Amino acid sequence: MTTKRIVNHPVLGELDKQEKVTFQFDGNTYEGYENDTIASALLANGIRTLRKHEETGNPRGIYCNIGHCYECRVTVDGASNIRACLTPIKANMVVESGKVQPSPLDPSNEGELPKTYAEFKRREEQQKNAKK
Amino acid sequence: MQKNDVVIIGAGPAGLSAAIQCRENGLSVTVLDEFPKPGGRLLGQLHEEPSGEWWNGIKETNSLLEKAEKNNTTIKCGVSVHHVETLENHFVVHTNKGYFAADNVLIATGAAESAAPIPGWTLPGVMSIGAAQVMTNVHRVSVGEKGIVAGVNVLSAAITRELQLAGIDVVGMALPSRNIVSEDQANPREVMERMVRIAHLAPSKFIQFGSKFATFKFVQNLALQFFPKGGIKMWDMPIHLRKAIKEINGTDKVESVTMVDVTMDGDIIRGTEETISVDFVCIAGGLYPLAELAAVVGCPFQYSEELGGHVPIHSEAMETPIEGIFVAGNITGIESAKVAREQGTVAGLSIAKKVTGNKEIDSKLQDAITNVKATRNAATIQFHPRIDEGRAKISQAFNEIS
Repeated sequence: MTTKRIVNHPVLGELDKQEKVTFQFDGNTYEGYENDTIASALLANGIRTLRKHEETGNPRGIYCNIGHCYECRVTVDGASNIRACLTPIKANMVVESGKVQPSPLDPSNEGELPKTYAEFKRREEQQKNAKK
Repeated sequence: MQKNDVVIIGAGPAGLSAAIQCRENGLSVTVLDEFPKPGGRLLGQLHEEPSGEWWNGIKETNSLLEKAEKNNTTIKCGVSVHHVETLENHFVVHTNKGYFAADNVLIATGAAESAAPIPGWTLPGVMSIGAAQVMTNVHRVSVGEKGIVAGVNVLSAAITRELQLAGIDVVGMALPSRNIVSEDQANPREVMERMVRIAHLAPSKFIQFGSKFATFKFVQNLALQFFPKGGIKMWDMPIHLRKAIKEINGTDKVESVTMVDVTMDGDIIRGTEETISVDFVCIAGGLYPLAELAAVVGCPFQYSEELGGHVPIHSEAMETPIEGIFVAGNITGIESAKVAREQGTVAGLSIAKKVTGNKEIDSKLQDAITNVKATRNAATIQFHPRIDEGRAKISQAFNEIS
């Protein structure tokens, strides 16, 4: 399946035989071992990028690998913001990488909404006058 | 909701040892941990002791787990604690898997890694040194083909050796380039002073020489001035104290780093840039006590550089000034897993004494406190030379409060 496993280790010994588990990531099927986390199973398959930064779209992967930094957040079976480094894989689990979100600070998303209360009142006034 | 005598947050060496003591004294105990397996960061540890024996974190964890299982200890993994609520006469621990009520809470949350940001550090393939340790020794997945370590300290030297053991090519260790966050970690003088403390782990005669004399400032300066251009070799891998990693490069993942020469004070020497191709970078900024839950529950804190940061004030018996809240392990200061384990025993006995009122526990508790000190004095890996000063500061703060 993969060459990224550390199978032989001079002190820790040979890697125990473990059950294989099949799961999905962004629509593709991957195999991992039963004790893998989402992060370790994906890295064993050569996948480092777990999400795109919500605003900039920059690629992100694991950073701390023990649940502190939240850099590895993914969507698991529909639940968002799950830490890939702490979540064990399960058979048929559907994992999706984090995606770019529409930015509330991007001027092109603002549309026609008033920016201040004064502006809102002014427009309301204008609409009233227009109806008359 | 069934009420426990004690809820222990963290199933590392401190939490598990405490659980064993509590169970041996008949207390009802629930141990919570957010990692999928118990053991905490002990799991990943692997180093050779001066005696030639290997310290294998997985084996050490298993021996603690055997004892805990023999006493029917409830250990729940995959449980994240986000709040400890104080009610009139007990505590409620809030988690992602419901609420746990308890008369006593032991907070044994360990440590977190300090960031040492370098431009490009958000690229996939850049990770903390501890991340690489867990991936390599616990998950047994290789973090890459060829990498470099940014940050030279006790922890990064030990873990770099572990990566080498697993057959991963590490081209060397260097300092992170200096910025507002990395400060001391980017200062060759400071780093040299700290490295001297792990000199006995290094086969190099140069460092051994340093370990004897380099506690004198002027010798350290001399050593740095003549620090070999190619670095000092430890385990056939150069450790650079006069080179820094200035930038991590790549489009969608790490492709290379830009390394520069630095002065004795960590200033970049212009025109010395060189590009080294790597597919992973480990950032090692050191450890600090992970103490948010102690803060949430209202523990007073004391800053101690010697202990790695802000530490909840506690007594030698591991009680905090808040009745029913105890602490043990790296939350009380950065030290080895062996010290954490002994502190856990102390905390467990303290809680058992409080719950049972059994006077016979007292002498065991005193012995356990003595053991913590003995273990500290015999430690192979010492994270700070003035640990004792830090410990004294915290004890004094506790006495002043109570």
